[in-house]
Amino acid sequence: MPFTRLVEVGRVAMVNYGKDYGKLVVIVDIIDQARALCDAPDMTRKPMYFKRLAITEFVIDISKSPNKKTLIAALNSSKAFEKFAESAWGKKLAAKKAKAASTDFSRFKAMIAKKAKSAKIKAALK
Amino acid sequence: MARTGVWKKKSGSSVFEKVLHAEKKATGKSPRFYAPEDVKAPLAKKATNKPTKLRSSLTPGTVLILLAGHFKGKRVIFLKQLPSGLLLVTGPYGVNGVPMRRVNQVYVIATETKIDISSVDVSKYDDSYFKGAKKEKKSGSDSVFKEEAGKKELSADYLKNQKAMDSALTPIIAKTKDLEIYLKAHFSLKDGDRPHLMKF
Repeated sequence: MPFTRLVEVGRVAMVNYGKDYGKLVVIVDIIDQARALCDAPDMTRKPMYFKRLAITEFVIDISKSPNKKTLIAALNSSKAFEKFAESAWGKKLAAKKAKAASTDFSRFKAMIAKKAKSAKIKAALK
Repeated sequence: MARTGVWKKKSGSSVFEKVLHAEKKATGKSPRFYAPEDVKAPLAKKATNKPTKLRSSLTPGTVLILLAGHFKGKRVIFLKQLPSGLLLVTGPYGVNGVPMRRVNQVYVIATETKIDISSVDVSKYDDSYFKGAKKEKKSGSDSVFKEEAGKKELSADYLKNQKAMDSALTPIIAKTKDLEIYLKAHFSLKDGDRPHLMKF
């Protein structure tokens, strides 16, 4: 089986390091063996290290270094970001984020719910 | 107009205010007599006790986690800040056994859970409410052999006040699902908890 996720222009990638962790970007150009020029609707185009990008399965149809308008249009028509959010990976990320943002009371409620669930399972398996 | 004396910028604004007046220049005649001994003029007391700043996360009705003292780990409700800067909190007593008491705000974690206690009247509580009656001075050597006094009786007024507070708070707590069992439960850190990353 050959590789299916390639570094290419139009490839959607996730930043896996630093304060932008979890952010989705599009590779718009390849600078050298270590870096790609990345862009997203809400950021200034900038080079990023491949080391700090995780390649997703989504590719959008753009030419090299498009202007912002074209990029946004291509993202809107392909719905790549939305599709990523619906994927298992995207859901996992969202759940992690929600867990980190949970307050003491919501953690307590989650604990109660978990207890109730496992009690039901236990009763059913008896 | 030229400024005389010492002027200081007011904190948080660009307005200057006079903090020290310039010495008055001797005008006209000098005094006829000179005091035989130097009379020391008392220094003006410049320092004033600033009221304790309430942490912005603390608003009346906030659920707090107590971190020290007899009730550490308990979740309580913040009622108001007293003039001394201490926080007036209660469990309420009927829910988790914490009576109305004062705590310093450094010994609490403020959670984001808040209840609306605008209908609860807390105006009659101040610091003097918590100062017990003066203890009788023990007299000399006899006291060593004296029997310890029996269990302290709580005044009827104190009990009545706590009961009134409980009955005001419990219907508010009952409005939120799971809040009562939340207040009843102790807070503690478990394995793998990272308190500096946790949100409360």
